[in-house]
Amino acid sequence: MTAQTSKEPAITPDLVAQHGLKPDEYQRILALIGREPTFTELGIFSAMWNEHCSYKSSRLHLKKLPTKAPWVIQGPGENAGIIDIGDGQAVAFKMESHNHPSYIEPYQGATTGVGGILRDVFTMGARPIACLNLLRFGSVDHPRTRHLVSGVVAGVGGYGNSFGVPTVGGSTEFHPSYDGNILVNAMAVGLVKTDEIFYAAATGVGRPIVYLGSKTGRDGIHGATMASAEFDADSDEKRPTVQVGDPFSEKLLLEACLEIMRKGCVVAIQDMGAAGLTSSAVEMGAKGNLGVELDLDKVPCRERGMTAYEMMLSESQERMLMVLDPDKEAEAEAIFRKWGLDFAVIGKTTDTLRFVIKHGGEIKADLPIKELGDQAPLYDRPHVPTQKPQKLDSAALPAPLTIGEALKKLVSCPDMASKRWVWEQYDHLILGNTIVAPGGDSAVVRIDDGPKGLALTTDVTARYCYADPVEGGKQAVAESWRNITAVGGKPLALTDNLNFGNPEKPEIMGQFVGCLQGIGEACRALDYPIVSGNVSLYNETQGKGILPTPAIGGVGLVADVTKAVGVAFKNPGEKLVLIGEGEGWLGQSIYLREIFGREEGAPPPVDLAAEKRNGDFVRDLISRGDVSSVHDLSDGGLAVAVAESAMAGKIGATVSAPGGDAPQNWFGEDQGRYLLAVPAAKADALLAAAKTAGVPAAIIGETGGDVLKLGADKPVLVRDLLEAHESWMPAYMSGGKA
Amino acid sequence: MKAAIVLFPGSNREGDAFRALKQAGADASIVWHDDHDLPAKTDLVVLPGGFSYGDYLRCGAIAGRAKIMDAVRAHAARGGFVLGICNGFQILCESGLLPGVLMRNRDLRFVCKRQFLRVERNDTVFTSAYKKHQAIDVAIAHGEGNYEAHEETIRELEDQGRVAFRYCNADAVVGGAANPNGSTNDIAGIYSEKLNVLGMMPHPENLIDPLVGGIDGRGLFASLVAA
Repeated sequence: MTAQTSKEPAITPDLVAQHGLKPDEYQRILALIGREPTFTELGIFSAMWNEHCSYKSSRLHLKKLPTKAPWVIQGPGENAGIIDIGDGQAVAFKMESHNHPSYIEPYQGATTGVGGILRDVFTMGARPIACLNLLRFGSVDHPRTRHLVSGVVAGVGGYGNSFGVPTVGGSTEFHPSYDGNILVNAMAVGLVKTDEIFYAAATGVGRPIVYLGSKTGRDGIHGATMASAEFDADSDEKRPTVQVGDPFSEKLLLEACLEIMRKGCVVAIQDMGAAGLTSSAVEMGAKGNLGVELDLDKVPCRERGMTAYEMMLSESQERMLMVLDPDKEAEAEAIFRKWGLDFAVIGKTTDTLRFVIKHGGEIKADLPIKELGDQAPLYDRPHVPTQKPQKLDSAALPAPLTIGEALKKLVSCPDMASKRWVWEQYDHLILGNTIVAPGGDSAVVRIDDGPKGLALTTDVTARYCYADPVEGGKQAVAESWRNITAVGGKPLALTDNLNFGNPEKPEIMGQFVGCLQGIGEACRALDYPIVSGNVSLYNETQGKGILPTPAIGGVGLVADVTKAVGVAFKNPGEKLVLIGEGEGWLGQSIYLREIFGREEGAPPPVDLAAEKRNGDFVRDLISRGDVSSVHDLSDGGLAVAVAESAMAGKIGATVSAPGGDAPQNWFGEDQGRYLLAVPAAKADALLAAAKTAGVPAAIIGETGGDVLKLGADKPVLVRDLLEAHESWMPAYMSGGKA
Repeated sequence: MKAAIVLFPGSNREGDAFRALKQAGADASIVWHDDHDLPAKTDLVVLPGGFSYGDYLRCGAIAGRAKIMDAVRAHAARGGFVLGICNGFQILCESGLLPGVLMRNRDLRFVCKRQFLRVERNDTVFTSAYKKHQAIDVAIAHGEGNYEAHEETIRELEDQGRVAFRYCNADAVVGGAANPNGSTNDIAGIYSEKLNVLGMMPHPENLIDPLVGGIDGRGLFASLVAA
């Protein structure tokens, strides 16, 4: 025992509990190091062993997910996943949550969420080319919702706009289950050459460990621990643990990091995210089978008198840790100074496999580095499967509204209304490569001068996951795959952000296990592996959990962006073709919820084989230039898909629903379906090709005019629908009636 | 046409400007804010969009006092062309090259969308490729684009024909709901007295490609290269 404990609090059971460590976890620490930890060491353990960093409740189940494919260069475990897109190019991407901080301080919570995920991507050597997000807020009637929406959206925009990356896609929805726990999931996508990827694992003994970026302050201490606990009535008092984002510093950090990477100065690099210096230094050493020794006297600090404990747990933003090639240290330093950033050698790699922290002439911590990560607790938490809900008898529902009336209500309900108010606050045009802008099925971003591009989307239907986690998990992946397909992309891989309640409750753990089972099945069937992700548990307030929300961030390759299509009808007089089939499934539908106020029944099942067959067929049509527009059918079914395409193109249509005019045929949310607009001359050939491929396809109408004629229903003016669709959110945010 | 794009810490649309200039046939290079001199024989200086110094002080205030700005002022005084886009316009106002100031948008939110502009005159080096009063479809992306100046200054700008662009709708009707930020007289861009310096909030450099929204932005760069 060499670690010294002068002027540090004594370790008591209370102090251990305050660090979020359970008594048996503390026993594990004692057994591991053979003595009582110092205060700094206790802080380090609490940072490494909380749920957020250790994945102790989820690891066991995450291992079962498919993560490999010939095009996967880097799966989960690094800062971001990486896939090969040919021509020596690769894409690095990841999604991460900043739920808890954003509820407490929405602007800063959201900015640091975006900043953190951008850092994860450029840490791997990739230049970020797009951001997306998935936001979930509480009921629109909840008194806090407007404030949270306003702050989060401004924060997401505030960071990305200044950093200079287009925010090209996302989704914003509302549900009372998020009243006390909003979700802010941010995804970043970057481009890197396959031979210029950087990793976290340190190599070589005695090499300098360099601290780069902003100075360390007292912000965010124990942020990751906060993210691993339920909220209670006092959560507002946790504001000091929310970090403050500085996109300007991050932009400089990006440029400086990419510059020293290009110059060959970097051996290993890790961003300081959750659990800051602790987690980054331990990961670099542990992954490289090396020890790490840090001298905290050399850490650039924003405030005087910071203790070792505070420095090790600070989550100050815009910081990086690197192992440099000793011969290029001076060159690297000059580049950082040019960008006006801090640069300090704060330690070295060792051959001891120990994590040693020195401060003020004392050793504050001396711990086995690999065990800090590897020996983190691993729980097989008890889980009970969610009971399968009964299937709703869709045909038995009354029809209190005409199809047109119901449609108008749906396209202007909070979840379905246009989110223009949101995405116009995001710079989605910078870099000049946004081919398909927000508001469609997937965004499409061109790579450099083309012709290749990426199709990007974030998806999850949480009400399905709540009703049936396995089907809901499948559906989230299938919808992501379908959205990429609908623009002409080949889905390649995904990142997931698993937002759930308290895993110590067997029914919540059951939702988690169920969703993962569904996600895994769909990923395997669709050849769509998971290459990175994040788990956010304990999304509960006063014992009430959120809907299980496994957000899926999908990435696909568009071989030629000149052939990408959007949802908007392009020309009048084109045939509308419905691909796929359904029975009119209204269980858990938006129609059932918005018209009847009922969230009931089983969600629509996903037939993964049909999904793949139909999608492959549609993608092939797009690549041959045979279709003018494509929209997948999801929330609100056929009627909403027709309406969205009409509103986007400002062109009407005449449509008959297969099966007749019963609401279930218009609003059923049966899966695996697409609406295509096809030049009339190509329609017959398309149907013949579908028949050969065994794909259900039918001509259901034609584009044209300025109204939607849906079956025998009274025509609806497209501009009336558009007005209702566009006006809800601005009216709501300006304080109008929800 | 030899163009120098000044890179400040926090600039982020320098690549977009570079692409537009290159497409138009200009010979463009990037100049570091801390340099004293522009490259020899520079015809056009471009101050690109972004958040110079984070815009943590008044937008453009710190960049307006950067070392390179002395050289930019001298270049303008010699009659050289200067184009400031978005943050670049804010920097031009802060550096004394253009009058007025860009205040926060009327509704206090950042706004990124497509926007029509009316070309007020087409007899300048920046707009010769457009028709007079043509409505061009470009983009805006700013939180502080609400142009304000003393009444007298506004009158001067108007009397001297120094308003370059005004916010309008697709039919070239200026103002009303087409004004996205509350800008005085719907001003989207202004010239210096000698018409050799242009500051504008919108982004013509993002509308140079039929695949990415359209090509109405090309005219500005084509005009400059033809000058």
